[in-house]
Amino acid sequence: MSTDVQIPADSDRSAPAAVEVHDVHKWYGAHRVLNGIDLTIRPGEVTVVLGPSGSGKSTLLRVINHLEKPEAGHVSVGGEPIGVRRNGKRLKELSERVILAQRSRIGFVFQNFNLFPHLTALDNVAAAPVATGRLGRGEARELARNLLHRVGLGDRTGAYPRQLSGGQQQRVAIARALALRPGVILFDEPTSALDPELVGEVLSVIKDLAAGGTTLVIVTHEIGFAREVADRIVFLDGGRIVEQGPPAQVLDHPSHPRTRDFLSKVL
Amino acid sequence: MSEPPGAVVSLDAAAKIPDPSAGAATGLAAGEPARPAHAQRVQPLRRPGRWIATAVVLVLAAQFVHGLATNKFYQWDRFAYWFTRPTILDGLLVTLEVTALSAVLGLLGGVLLALARLSRSPVLRAVGWLYVWAFRSIPLIVVLIFLYNFSALYQTLSVGVPFGPAFFRFDESRLATDMVVAVVGLSLNEAAYAAEVVRGGVLSVDQGQHEAAAALGLPRGYRFTRIVLPQALRSIVPNYVNQLIGLVKATSLVFYVSLLDLFGTAQTMGSTYPGDIVPLLLVVTVWYLILTSLFSVAQFYVERHYARGATRTLPPTPLQRLRTALTTARTRLRSEAAI
Repeated sequence: MSTDVQIPADSDRSAPAAVEVHDVHKWYGAHRVLNGIDLTIRPGEVTVVLGPSGSGKSTLLRVINHLEKPEAGHVSVGGEPIGVRRNGKRLKELSERVILAQRSRIGFVFQNFNLFPHLTALDNVAAAPVATGRLGRGEARELARNLLHRVGLGDRTGAYPRQLSGGQQQRVAIARALALRPGVILFDEPTSALDPELVGEVLSVIKDLAAGGTTLVIVTHEIGFAREVADRIVFLDGGRIVEQGPPAQVLDHPSHPRTRDFLSKVL
Repeated sequence: MSEPPGAVVSLDAAAKIPDPSAGAATGLAAGEPARPAHAQRVQPLRRPGRWIATAVVLVLAAQFVHGLATNKFYQWDRFAYWFTRPTILDGLLVTLEVTALSAVLGLLGGVLLALARLSRSPVLRAVGWLYVWAFRSIPLIVVLIFLYNFSALYQTLSVGVPFGPAFFRFDESRLATDMVVAVVGLSLNEAAYAAEVVRGGVLSVDQGQHEAAAALGLPRGYRFTRIVLPQALRSIVPNYVNQLIGLVKATSLVFYVSLLDLFGTAQTMGSTYPGDIVPLLLVVTVWYLILTSLFSVAQFYVERHYARGATRTLPPTPLQRLRTALTTARTRLRSEAAI
């Protein structure tokens, strides 16, 4: 897997962070979801975000690829600010076209797969590279075939999503995200909608990606998986990062009472 | 004639409830193996109420058909005379033309209006809403007659800078033939309804689809035409065909703006040949029935096309169903013959 991290030539840093979240705030009306998140993710790092429901985990992911616009603060991916452009000291909003191009370099895997039901598995994977003008139809289909083979679905390329099991659909969704050769892939509870016996097949695909050096940010409730795959665990509560560090530290010797409380409930 | 147990043949022979004692003695002696219990046919429950209701409905239907055929008042010979008369066919052609043009223009307008109503711009949303509100409120006949008198309101139409100089100028009365008035009127009306049908279809597409498309960075136009619309069409098609069938019949109103469509021709002929009014109405009825049937057939296939991926297996076409029925009947006959 070529990770293809986009490093802009005009970058002043020698190795820009894969993802940089800087003092991000997000609120809906009076409801504050994110309260000043700072997070730097190195290229190739696997970050697992844990936290009770409503702690802002999904919103954090959605802010990173600009599905949600932060009320304050900003996000950079591969050194490039997302959704905004630096103009002297001020930040200006980018046009939708540019934001779409930026998003196409950030993979996103949804809890509910969100595959396009009217397209076959192959076309689901091949659609984005064609639509964004990166590949011709033939090349895109070839790439899609390879990716589906890689996630173990080489024999189901012609199936429509509804003809596939949940685990298979999620694997197609991962292949779809990979088709754009993203620098970072965000997983929003990728196994929460799956039957227990199907969780393993999806996690093993994610593990392969992690082993291959792709930068991953994973929101999950699978603590065992987090321990196995994560370089770093970030614990979120009330829209703040209350604790972060390597799995052995956060999972086995949590320092913050909220983390201890959460882990005692899920372990 | 010894057959292996479990062959297709066993199904029909099992209709006779086997007597276990006799089966062991006579059945096996005749070279017929005992039927396994699972091969026995279950005797269906009798439903006398259903039979009575069916009989009553059939009698009523027969009475109706008999009356239709024998009542002199219908004058079926005159019906046959008029049915394919060139004047009637000319009228039919006008009906088809007006329908086709208004259906296409109405749908185009409807899609644009639906996009306006779904837009993030409050001005576009308001304009879309106002248009739909206005044209759903005004009776079609009023719209048509208004347009018919349009040249009295605006003598010239010009293309140019708004409130500024004009580049082209049209004489309105020369531009607006009866056909144009009819098509414009029907399209304006149709667009309002089509807008709601299209909007409803777009809203029926799961929000996750929009998000997934946005997350992949798919361009806006591609997202609408390739992701959202194909899924929306599943609910748009049946509603829009419903709308189209209404449109076919609504074209009969163009008679009032002096365009001779199918109905208009029949009306005119009816006033010339007052004795033929009933057969002429029958001619019109049958032609409208035929047109509606054609739409329904087209609807089935278009719906089937857009059902791809929405259902695990597509519903069979009538042809496929016929073929399956024939095959089943043939195997059953053959297996019965084999006994």
